[in-house]
Amino acid sequence: MTPLHYYLLLSALLFSIGLAGALTRRNAILVLIGIELMLNAANLNFIAFWRFSPNPEALHGVMFVIFAIAVAAAEAAVGLALTIAIYRHYRTTNLDQVDSMKG
Amino acid sequence: MSFAFAIIAGLTAGSAIAAVSLRNLVHCALSLVVTFAGLAALFLQLNAEFVGFAQILVYVGAVAILIVFAILLTRGTESAPPAPITTATPWAISIAVAGFVVIAGAMLQSKAVPLPTMTAIVEVQGQKMELPLYKDTNPKPTVKSIGAKLMTDYVLPLEVIGLLLTAAMIGAVIIAMQERKPNSQ
Repeated sequence: MTPLHYYLLLSALLFSIGLAGALTRRNAILVLIGIELMLNAANLNFIAFWRFSPNPEALHGVMFVIFAIAVAAAEAAVGLALTIAIYRHYRTTNLDQVDSMKG
Repeated sequence: MSFAFAIIAGLTAGSAIAAVSLRNLVHCALSLVVTFAGLAALFLQLNAEFVGFAQILVYVGAVAILIVFAILLTRGTESAPPAPITTATPWAISIAVAGFVVIAGAMLQSKAVPLPTMTAIVEVQGQKMELPLYKDTNPKPTVKSIGAKLMTDYVLPLEVIGLLLTAAMIGAVIIAMQERKPNSQ
């Protein structure tokens, strides 16, 4: 069985990759992809800690991840709708060019 | 470390790097699907079957499709994508690397994450004993127990999540709807 800290290291790696992606890319959709990666890294942490916890019958980690997945789905839907609305207005999804609020 | 974990972890991390670094946006979305599937496999490995299948349904099935749709809907008149290397890129990558080093270092030194070799010295009836800190509880949750939890202890969060999803769906439709021109009544 793989010990806990391998999962935590992988989760930290995924979080850093998501952070680097959200910071470096200028496309709004790729920033959203980076945020999704960070959310998934947190979910992996929850499940790994739940799996090796002394009292897994309480199912707290599983419940938290189920609700986090639901919130992430809502966030993705609204975020991509906003991206499409911004594209319709500015004709670009480059975040450096979306820099005025009055349009 | 098991062999299966090594393969899945390498695939997940590699496809995550590809998802945030490839030039073509559609390739990024496809790499993201591989990352989500790898995470679902990791959840299955960690005995969280329900979460693993929910991950496949929600992320591979819905979020990835949504991202592909958004990419295809927003790349009409755009010319060649701008060069990915800007002045901010080295800073951003060093911030991410520093974040990884801090998280990994804190985790490897933490006593809350027992390594398999760690032991704790406890006194039981005046005798000092060395007990392993690392325990493998190997839980086996059933869908029935998860459903019972959702309907008893977590019923209020469940209702709130339902409300949130409804509000998000209506909001997404309204935001992405075509704006009606004011003089076209």
